[in-house]
Amino acid sequence: MKTYSHLHEKLSKGEFAVTGECGPPRGANKEVVDKKIKLLKGFVDAVNVTDNQTAIVRMSSIAASVHLVNAGLEPVMQMVVRDRNRIAIQSDIMGAYSLGIRNILCLSGDHQKFGSQPDAMNVFDIDSVNLIRTVRDMRDTGKDMSGYELDVAPQMFIGAAANPFADPFEYRVIRLAKKIDAGADFIQTQCIYDMARFKEWIRQANDEGLTDKVYIMGGVTPLKSVGMAKYMNNKVAGMDIPEEIIKRMESVDKKDQADEGIKICLETIEELKGLKGVHGVHIMAIEWEEAVANIVKQAGLK
Amino acid sequence: MITASQKPINEIIKLVEPYKKVLILGCGTCVKTCFAGGEDEVAVLASTLRLSFKKKAMPIEVEEMTIERQCENEFIQEASEKMARNNVTLSLACGAGVQAMVKRFPKSIVLPGVNTTFIGIQESHGVFTEECSGCGNCGLGIFGGICPVTRCAKKLLNGPCGGSQKGICEINPETDCAWHLIIERLTSLGQMGNLRIYVPPKNWNTSFSGGPRKLIREDHII
Repeated sequence: MKTYSHLHEKLSKGEFAVTGECGPPRGANKEVVDKKIKLLKGFVDAVNVTDNQTAIVRMSSIAASVHLVNAGLEPVMQMVVRDRNRIAIQSDIMGAYSLGIRNILCLSGDHQKFGSQPDAMNVFDIDSVNLIRTVRDMRDTGKDMSGYELDVAPQMFIGAAANPFADPFEYRVIRLAKKIDAGADFIQTQCIYDMARFKEWIRQANDEGLTDKVYIMGGVTPLKSVGMAKYMNNKVAGMDIPEEIIKRMESVDKKDQADEGIKICLETIEELKGLKGVHGVHIMAIEWEEAVANIVKQAGLK
Repeated sequence: MITASQKPINEIIKLVEPYKKVLILGCGTCVKTCFAGGEDEVAVLASTLRLSFKKKAMPIEVEEMTIERQCENEFIQEASEKMARNNVTLSLACGAGVQAMVKRFPKSIVLPGVNTTFIGIQESHGVFTEECSGCGNCGLGIFGGICPVTRCAKKLLNGPCGGSQKGICEINPETDCAWHLIIERLTSLGQMGNLRIYVPPKNWNTSFSGGPRKLIREDHII
C-alpha cells in the first residue's frame, strides 16, 4: 500500500501520532477555518475535517480540507454515507484526491433526525464498511466500483471509526475486524472517559491480533464544564461518561472546571501512551481549538 | 399487511367540501386490520362528516360502503353503482387501492382518506411496526430473520453503528436497534459466524431505485 500521507508516514515509523479536529462553519466564511488552522498548525500531525456533523448543514468537508491543504496543514477528510450515493462518493473521493487531500475517515454519519433539517431524505446507499472497501479497492486495484480502470487512482490513507462504548459490547471487536478486513489503515475511537471499558476493548483487539493490522488512535475530548459533560452523556449519540467523571467536574469551582477537564484529558492521554495497541491520540476539542496546543505541550507530544 | 392511518379530519373535510355527494369507500382487508379504513371506520367518519357539514349548513350528502379489497378488480366492480351516483369517492384504502380504483373508473374522482404508512405487522393490540421495505432482494436468511434494510435507521448491512445503546436505536428511545436484535437472535441460534460475514453493497435495482416495478408471471397471463 502506497500513500502520500504524512500521518501514515508518522504512524508507520512507530511514532505516537496526534490528530485534531476542525468543524467547518455554518456559512461560507473561510476566515473561520483559517482561525482554527492557526490554533492547530504545528501542534498536530493531521486534522479531521468533519462532514456536516450531527447532520447540521455546514461548509463541505472537501472545501474546508482544501483550505487546510493550502495552509500547509494535513487534513483527514471525513466522509459520511448519509448524504451521498455510491456515484457521488466515488466522484468526491477522486475530486478530493486531485485537490491534495490524502487521508479519509469513512463514517456512517449521524442520522438527520438530530440535525437542523430533519425533513431531509437520507441516502445510506452503501454502509461505512463498504465505503472503506470502496476507497481501498480504488487505491489498491486502481478501479472504481464498476471495475472501470481509473487513469489516476486516489491513493488515500484510510481511516474508520470505532466506538468501544456502544452496545452490544461483545460485537464491537467483530465490527472492528470487519472494518480492518474492508481496508481500514487507521482507527479513531469515540471519546474515552471510561478507561476500564476501553482497556477491555483494546485487550480483545490485541488478542485477535487486530492491533498489528491497524493503527489505533484513542479519541479524547476535554470537558469545558460539568454542563458539557452532562449534555454529552445525555444527548450525544453513542457517548458514555461515567458518573465519577461528572462528579469530579462538579467538585471544582465553575471557573476551574475547564482546567479540570484538561487535567482529565491529560491523564487519559498518559494512560493511552502506555497501552499496547494504541498508536496515537485523536483530540476532539469541540469548538475549543485553543485548548489543543496546551494539551499537546503538557502531554509531551510536541 | 399494508398499514395506514386516517388523515386528520380537517384535511378530509377540505378534500371533500367542494362536492355535493360523497361516497366513503372502505376496504375490508389490510386497512380494516389496522383500524384505518374498514366498515367501522367508514361509519364513524361518515357520522363525523355529516355532523360537521350540518353545523356549517353545507348541503353535502354522505354515503357509505365497504368492499373486500379495493386493489382487486373482482371486488371493485361492486362499487360502480354507488360511485356513479356520487360526485366523488373518498377511498379509505391504501395508495394501491386508490390507484386501482382510478384505473378501473377513469372518469371518477377518487380521493385518499388515509395516509399509507408501511408493510408491517400488529405487534400488540393497536401497535403496528414496520418490518419490510419490499426491496425485491430478501436477505433475511443471513440476518436471523430480522431486516436491517427496514429496521436499521441507516440501512447498515455490516453491523450496528456507534449509536446503539442498551439495545435502543439512537434516533428514538422507542425504537429497538435492529442490529442488537440480529446479534441476540444469531447468538441464541448458535449462528454467530453470520456476524462476521461481509455483506457487499446492496443492489437497489430491484427496489424503487430501479424505477416503478412490475411483476410479470408469464405462466399466469391469459
